[in-house]
Amino acid sequence: MTTRRSRTVLAAVAALAVVGLAACGGEESAGSRPGSATSGITGDVTVFAAASLTESFTQLGKDFEAANPGTTVTYSFAGSSALATQINQGAPADVFASAAPANMKTVTDAGNGDGTPTIFVKNQLVIAVPRGNPAGIGGLADLTEPEVKVALCAAQVPCGAAARKALDAAGVRLTPVTLEQDVKAALAKVKLGEVDAALVYRTDAKSAAADVDGVEFPESAGAINEYPIIVLKDAPHKPAAKAFVDYVLSDPGRAVLTAAGFGAP
Amino acid sequence: MPRLDTTVARPRPAAPRQRPRRAGRIPLALLLPAVLGLLFLILPLAGLLARAPWATLPQRLTEPGVLTALRLSLLTATLATLLCLALGVPLAWLLARIEFPGRRIVRALVTVPLVLPPVVGGVALLLVFGRRGLLGSWLDSTFGVTLPFTTTGVVLAEAFVAMPFLVIAVEGALRGADSRYEEAAATLGANRWTTFTHVTLPLVAPGIAAGGVLCWARALGEFGATITFAGNFPGRTQTMPLAVYLALETDLEAAIVLSLVLLAVSVAILATLRDRWISAP
Repeated sequence: MTTRRSRTVLAAVAALAVVGLAACGGEESAGSRPGSATSGITGDVTVFAAASLTESFTQLGKDFEAANPGTTVTYSFAGSSALATQINQGAPADVFASAAPANMKTVTDAGNGDGTPTIFVKNQLVIAVPRGNPAGIGGLADLTEPEVKVALCAAQVPCGAAARKALDAAGVRLTPVTLEQDVKAALAKVKLGEVDAALVYRTDAKSAAADVDGVEFPESAGAINEYPIIVLKDAPHKPAAKAFVDYVLSDPGRAVLTAAGFGAP
Repeated sequence: MPRLDTTVARPRPAAPRQRPRRAGRIPLALLLPAVLGLLFLILPLAGLLARAPWATLPQRLTEPGVLTALRLSLLTATLATLLCLALGVPLAWLLARIEFPGRRIVRALVTVPLVLPPVVGGVALLLVFGRRGLLGSWLDSTFGVTLPFTTTGVVLAEAFVAMPFLVIAVEGALRGADSRYEEAAATLGANRWTTFTHVTLPLVAPGIAAGGVLCWARALGEFGATITFAGNFPGRTQTMPLAVYLALETDLEAAIVLSLVLLAVSVAILATLRDRWISAP
């Protein structure tokens, strides 16, 4: 009899827990504040963007907010593959900007994209070296010297896949000391002086110009990364999301991206 | 804490065994949050189990990277725990038994790695032990030793994050232990070292074991400080949590399998140790 009672209590508790969790999962309508927007577009656009877009998209977001009063842009910057996983697991994002078509494909294949993705920029790799290039690195072949410590991105993230492609194209075999989880982590190892070189995007080297020089190398032409962008199917704020993507593709948007070192698609 | 020194040291009578209460008597105000808490802790585990790719599990387990990462994880977590025991137990003793100025501040400083996000801990370690770091540059120029990107670096990162768990557990055990035994040993002519090894250590052994287990578990799960300080290279610095993180980049199911392996192995080891060492009184 005692067990029966405790069983009832347990059931009640479980039911409560489920109700509580369901309540937590409710859609938030935060951000859609009544604004007197000239464009008529309001709301909080949540953009999941590749780590390499951090600087340029932060700037773009500010410009977009200024052009569309009543909107706010919130970012989640991370490795494209992590973002793709989060989106496919139901993260409440409006826009996805990926550093590689493969990660975009993960999202569109799962039916989470609205329409087809648009390539909005291209990026290519450079060798990031500490400022002044103390080790005198001139090309990929110099990275194989035994005393040169090199950081690459892990093969699972776009910058790592591109690095592998470029190294293969050049016929260079090198053993890195570390395979970093994203391009910013690889760059940080150069900034801190823990490695002598890292393969990062040109835009990343440019954003860290105070500490880092970017050495261009010809084989990077064979490993150009295309960045696709898309509005997501379940975007909580679709009109604002569409307006944001349009802004990225517009002339002012393109100017910001070009200034950051991206190439036109 | 304050003890009456006038009372004669004598072993306290064993606490009377509590009879297991009948279920009906458990107050709802305790049972409800307890069950909710339990659900909160075990539901994510159920989520892992539900999504595990059971059909391809054997094939995935035999992939070469899995065993390498598992072996490295167990090795580094164990070495980190030994390092924490060697340094942490004396530190806990110092904090619990010796009055010195600034003891409160030292006690607070010990918990810094607990509140520090592990990634920040990793950066801090780089700034000290890195090739350009305060101590690291000296190590490099004098001995030619660099710690980042090595297995030693993994052990250091794990020990940094896990040591507070040991120190806090052992200090708590020391402060809860009856210091009259130590005083008795001292009256009988034992010096502080003998007292420590022959009286204090056996007295707080369960506390040390519990602290060691906590420390080992934390070291095993360490991610942020490790990937920041020691980098990620298979066989050298890629522990299981790092492998899980990178698997997550491309293959959710692989990440789940790796997580389950880590979970199963650690639970098995902890259960075995618990039975052997921490027998319930």
